[in-house]
Amino acid sequence: MSVTAWTYFFVATSFTLYLSIAWLSRVRDTRGFYVAGRGVPSAANGMATAADWMSAASFISMAGLISAMGYAGGVYLMGWTGGYVLLALLLAPYLRKFGHYTVPDFVGDRYDSNWARLVAVICAIFVSFTYVAGQMRGVGVVFSRFLEVDINVGVVIGMAIVFIYATLGGMKGITWTQVAQYWVLITAFLIPAFAISFKLTGTPLPQAGLGGVLRPEVAGESGVYLLEKLNAIQSDLGFNRYTDTFTGAWDKVNVFCVALALMLGTAGLPHVIVRFYTVKSVKAARWSAFWALLFIACLYLTAPAVAGFARYYMIDSLNGKSAEELPSWFVNWERTSLILWLDDGDGLVRYSAREDNEIFRGGPLTASDLGRIRVDHQLWMDSEGARGVDGREVLRARGLSGPDNDIIVLATPEMAELANWIIALMAAGGLAAALSTASGLLLVISSSVAHDLYYRVINPQATEKNRLLVGRSVIGIAVVVAGVFGIYPPGFVSQVVAFAFGLAAASFFPTIVLGIFSKRVGTWPAIAGMTAGIGFTSFYIVACVFFGMQPWTFGVLEHGINPQGIGVLGMLLNFAVTLGLTPFFPAPREEIQDMIDSVREPEGAGPATVIEASMDH
Amino acid sequence: MGKTKTDVHRSALRKALDAYWFRNLLILRALLLVWAVAGLGCGVLFADRLNEYHFFNTGYPLGFWFAHQGSIIVFVLVILVYCLSMNALDRKHHREIEIARDQERAEDPS
Repeated sequence: MSVTAWTYFFVATSFTLYLSIAWLSRVRDTRGFYVAGRGVPSAANGMATAADWMSAASFISMAGLISAMGYAGGVYLMGWTGGYVLLALLLAPYLRKFGHYTVPDFVGDRYDSNWARLVAVICAIFVSFTYVAGQMRGVGVVFSRFLEVDINVGVVIGMAIVFIYATLGGMKGITWTQVAQYWVLITAFLIPAFAISFKLTGTPLPQAGLGGVLRPEVAGESGVYLLEKLNAIQSDLGFNRYTDTFTGAWDKVNVFCVALALMLGTAGLPHVIVRFYTVKSVKAARWSAFWALLFIACLYLTAPAVAGFARYYMIDSLNGKSAEELPSWFVNWERTSLILWLDDGDGLVRYSAREDNEIFRGGPLTASDLGRIRVDHQLWMDSEGARGVDGREVLRARGLSGPDNDIIVLATPEMAELANWIIALMAAGGLAAALSTASGLLLVISSSVAHDLYYRVINPQATEKNRLLVGRSVIGIAVVVAGVFGIYPPGFVSQVVAFAFGLAAASFFPTIVLGIFSKRVGTWPAIAGMTAGIGFTSFYIVACVFFGMQPWTFGVLEHGINPQGIGVLGMLLNFAVTLGLTPFFPAPREEIQDMIDSVREPEGAGPATVIEASMDH
Repeated sequence: MGKTKTDVHRSALRKALDAYWFRNLLILRALLLVWAVAGLGCGVLFADRLNEYHFFNTGYPLGFWFAHQGSIIVFVLVILVYCLSMNALDRKHHREIEIARDQERAEDPS
């Protein structure tokens, strides 16, 4: 069977599976809809959290990003896993003990104020929409690359699938679908990784292979470490050595800030936090944080290995080759313009970091733009520079040197010369990653609007049936909005993801941590802290990304603070403002203090029984 | 006037709760220190120094290994240790509460 036939087979099978799971786990009450009836076992919740967390970006783009960044790519690896330690130790067990439905619920109840609740709702919705837009686009991109349908058709198919299983099963349907999606995506990611590791180093385990010795027939000599060889090739071609620390703008301060901001942001992302409301007990919440990170680590420990292998393999199989010698994966992916070759006339490929580089990507250019550049370039080569335009200079000026990062993961199975069905499995894996994250985010949007806004603020007398209906309708509307973002992507989607992390780090993380670990912090200091954190972080990112403000150096740093790392300062500001104002405002009421006591211990035997009984559970 | 029954009950439980929270904070501090040293320390702050060494007999420079592999492995272990030690602490806390309740029953058999 051809790759396309296999792809249709896998996509159809996996979608049927997701829909059957949704039908089997359909729900009738809000408890099932928002927190899956609190009956999810911890290992299953761990898998669901892992699938929820690993988005299209983790699956398709991360290894490519690391491949291009080398050591500094570790900020994503450390940032997106280290956050789980903060989550497991500082947030998850306590929020599970608190036991409502959403993050704004905790903020609103602990700080005893609907204003605090409202600020939290706005943050949750903003963060989730920023994120979900990228996921829907991801679904479209996977469809278009593997099945050669239009991106927009792909987005609509994705919308329909998510709509059905999210409205039918709510959190319960989403959770069990995510468990299935985890297995699809991790299988699709690991098989090619094992294969390429074996091909290059003779060791199937990628983590050992990356630190291992290259096969003599690959390296041309025996006993050379892969990373050493890679470093040598990279510096020959003018790139930074792969394992060297702190090169260019990625100095120590920026690597530190970005890694820490991603950790704090991860711990504050509402769609991850709510997953811990779905388990049976505090103990189960702790264990499910462990399972989640373990399952995530399966992909995150493999991605850097894939990055290193693919980097080596790509440079090695392209440089110095003539058009006839080029590998088949290059020819296949050149059609998608993720990778382009514009020769300088010697008939041999040269991929380097210097001006003689001949490997580019299409980026946002349309097919007709690229066609024109190619024609002009051919003319320039044929006339030996007398007429036409050197396409390399055009693309270099547009910042399109080097292949698209996504190609690293997408082309790995072909680089390793795997069977057609494995190449097709990648499509199902990419779709699973994008759909699972999208559905988790849509549920957060739905619960923020239907539960926090409608039920807790606007209409507290709403009946169960009514609330469920509002919840379902909001998911429906959110799917459509997300789909529209996917079809007409606001050009800044990739930049605003940094925004989502920055905001989560500067708003939710400090506010929730203080809410649990301090009994003294009252309503207004917390609201002021959140507002200051969000305000500062948004100002810096918007000014840097959209208005070209120079990143701040505070007069001492060599390179300014990367907008991705500003969440760290936002968080410090939030802490400083909240703690600075606390002595001037009253402590929380006694009922709230009792609630904090009850959140702090797992037994339910603490003095606080009044609040527990009075609240809706 | 002596303490009423509920006061005794509350203060015994209060003590147990405070002890539990204090021990919880100790565990948290120790584990967060490990988290920070492995991730932000070895992976970032000392990575350039550590890169002069290799991870056992492999091709991994040590700082690079921490940034791309080691820190993640340590993070998983930190959460594992947290789960085990907190579950042990929970059991201990449970026993203390039972003892406090028994004492209360013994002092006031009515």
